[in-house]
Amino acid sequence: MPTPPSRGLLLCAIALGGGIGALARYGAGLLFPGTPGGFPLTTLLVNVLGCALFGALSVLLTHGVRHPLARPFFGTGLLGGFTTFSTSVVDAEQLLRAGQPGLALLTLFGTLLAALLAVWLGVAVTERMLTERAPAGAR
Amino acid sequence: MTWVLVFLGGMLGAPLRYLTDRFVQHRTGSRFPLGTMAVNVLGSLVLGLLTGLAPSTGWQLFLGTGFCGALTTYSTFSYETLRLAKENARTLAMANALLSVLVGLGAAVLGFGLAALWT
Repeated sequence: MPTPPSRGLLLCAIALGGGIGALARYGAGLLFPGTPGGFPLTTLLVNVLGCALFGALSVLLTHGVRHPLARPFFGTGLLGGFTTFSTSVVDAEQLLRAGQPGLALLTLFGTLLAALLAVWLGVAVTERMLTERAPAGAR
Repeated sequence: MTWVLVFLGGMLGAPLRYLTDRFVQHRTGSRFPLGTMAVNVLGSLVLGLLTGLAPSTGWQLFLGTGFCGALTTYSTFSYETLRLAKENARTLAMANALLSVLVGLGAAVLGFGLAALWT
């Protein structure tokens, strides 16, 4: 077992990952700004992508990737900072306030369903790839 | 400059999420992911407040896009929900998913309402 990192190093890895993740999300918003007051598609896609990658990462972390800073940097930091719950929920609140209850519900529950499906797919596809790669005797 | 503000906000939000999650999970000692729900609801309240207050673009990027964006998370939330479902705790998984989204929405409404009182 590798020695666990110090608390300071752990927090630094999370902070650095979180900063980069937030920047990537901001960049996605600049590239695909969407229509103001419309369906927040970019936030949804960012969350779906982040959830799929998080599912894949969680499988890799339990099957081989042993570096003690891998989870805090890539998982808690990078993907945690890339995906966002508050923006999605506040977007739904603003749509509700703008008299668009249909779009608000679609934002709220569409994101939820798409994110759950994405994380499930991320886990399932990565597990499948790992078992296909491993020789039968090694399982 | 705008990139630096988002980056700094994210650098604060993510470790604060980790510390809050650890604190709450340690207190409850349950497998129900209350820690993630707590940061997501708190972040939605703050972002609702911020949206209502409509400060300068710099503050919105630092506190909104950076800090609240990284304080809250969809990836950990959905992964923990999936894990509960896989552990045959379907009711807990469903409760986590629906409560997070509905209480989060309530927090955003409250935050926006508080901002209206303030201004």
